[in-house]
Amino acid sequence: MVSNIKSKYAANELNLNKAKFKHNIIALAIWSTALLTVSLPLMMLWTIGVEGFPQLSLQFLLTEPTHAGRSGGILPMLISTLWILCICLVTVVPIGLGCALYLSECVTADSTIGRIVGLSLDVLSGVPSIVFGLFGYAVFAIQLGLGFSILSGGLSLACMVLPLFIRTTEQALRACPTAYRRAAEALDLSLFAFVARILLPSAASNIAIAFIISTGRALAETAVLIFTAGYVTRIPSHWSDSGRALSVHIYDLSMNVPGGQPNAAATAVVLMLLIIVINLVAHRLSKRWQLLE
Amino acid sequence: MRTSPTFQYNLQFTALLSASVLLFILYFVGRESIPLINEVGISAFFADNGWYPLEGQYGLAPMLVGSLLVALGAIMIATPLGIIAAVFGQYYAPLPLAKIYQATIELLAGIPSVIFGFWGLIVLVPWINRIAPPGASMLAGIIVLAMMVLPLVILTTANALTRVPPTYLRSAQALGLSRWGIIYRIALPIAMPGILSGVVLQSGRALGETMAVMMVTGNVVQLPDSLFQPIRTLTANIALEMAYAVGDHRIALFVSGLLLLIITITLVVMAHYLKARRYGQ
Repeated sequence: MVSNIKSKYAANELNLNKAKFKHNIIALAIWSTALLTVSLPLMMLWTIGVEGFPQLSLQFLLTEPTHAGRSGGILPMLISTLWILCICLVTVVPIGLGCALYLSECVTADSTIGRIVGLSLDVLSGVPSIVFGLFGYAVFAIQLGLGFSILSGGLSLACMVLPLFIRTTEQALRACPTAYRRAAEALDLSLFAFVARILLPSAASNIAIAFIISTGRALAETAVLIFTAGYVTRIPSHWSDSGRALSVHIYDLSMNVPGGQPNAAATAVVLMLLIIVINLVAHRLSKRWQLLE
Repeated sequence: MRTSPTFQYNLQFTALLSASVLLFILYFVGRESIPLINEVGISAFFADNGWYPLEGQYGLAPMLVGSLLVALGAIMIATPLGIIAAVFGQYYAPLPLAKIYQATIELLAGIPSVIFGFWGLIVLVPWINRIAPPGASMLAGIIVLAMMVLPLVILTTANALTRVPPTYLRSAQALGLSRWGIIYRIALPIAMPGILSGVVLQSGRALGETMAVMMVTGNVVQLPDSLFQPIRTLTANIALEMAYAVGDHRIALFVSGLLLLIITITLVVMAHYLKARRYGQ
């Protein structure tokens, strides 16, 4: 009888050990998968860094390309990229901010108009970038007669970045404490005064983050720009000139120019560094903002 | 709150403008496509006569199949890995590590697609070439795309997991469930609509990806019968031929754009309704 109980007890102990063993195995599998998911892309970045860093120098950043980009630098691409980004953001910020204000202050999320605008923004953010390229080509380059130019490129890019900027800004605005709203109402402030004096200043750092995230997204884009901003490697002197963005330069050098890969790698390193800096700034800002809270 | 009509009208105008970008896109891509669709009929684009746009044969089927296969393969690799990685970030990693992990994934999600493509071109393609030439293949496209989509799947899954009500987790813990038990029996099932919504959204992104896929898949228009054969996707076709296409050829490219647009809109709307399903019901 006694031995019977004992053996049952031992069997339980054994089961518990088995369970523990099973859970350790699961934990191990999860840890190793997590390691794999970051290490593979990081190895990718490392490989590109190893290929690209030797070519990198101040000279590379400040000279024009020669031999279709096999040698020389990337100055025109840096300038074109900057122009395209400027036009894109100058278009996106006022429209996006207005739309985000409308969504957060004038309508509720489950009103009909709020739902329609929200759904169409969600769909817009899912549209393939090459379709934005087609649209930009048909509308800005052909219909409006802007041709392959920095302006067409920037505007097409703006259409693509718009939903991202609106959604992140809307979140920033919604984070404003209800008490502020109540206080403003009690003081009989007008909506404009509330927005200009209280809402925007209090959400400024979060809107800055939305701005930075959108910049990163615009910087990373290639497919939109091929048929809108074009391929030309000269330094653009006007926004109606065609200009080649950094990402388009990487694509062209690696696919269409035999022997262009070393410089493509160096350009990829420059682009990646820009993206990393943008990410770090956004991260820093959001951290500081959380501290202020 | 008291508001001047002009201010509100201005805001409303920007909102309607933003919402109408989608309509503009549909209208213009549609308007460019209509003449050819009317001329040859929709079925001509799916007939198996091949893609010879200059001879008036506009079979998009091989490229549509290519797009679907590459996207499906990538999603099938990225989904399980992404869910496990998100579980790690939410429930297994110690807090400091979880923060670093999240930040790294966010950074990886922002890597330009052209850089993924470039890596595929200089590392992955030569590597596959040693196993089965020519190397530029459907497999290369699937791997590169899976790597690209993975951080996005992790982020959307993590987001869905954070919205599981904490009381559920605490009650499960109080009942003596193990960590894995809580995750497998409680957290994942509750978060499943959100996770699925994210996966559907990312398959739209995978289907619409151009640069990374174009740089590694070899771009031969054919129905593949093995993973190691080169293929061409719809997106790559547009990017490759738009530069010199004229007349009906150009319109045919707009038709393929319209097709992509319709597929991705369907996927996004699907994701939207999946997400709208209430948690735990």
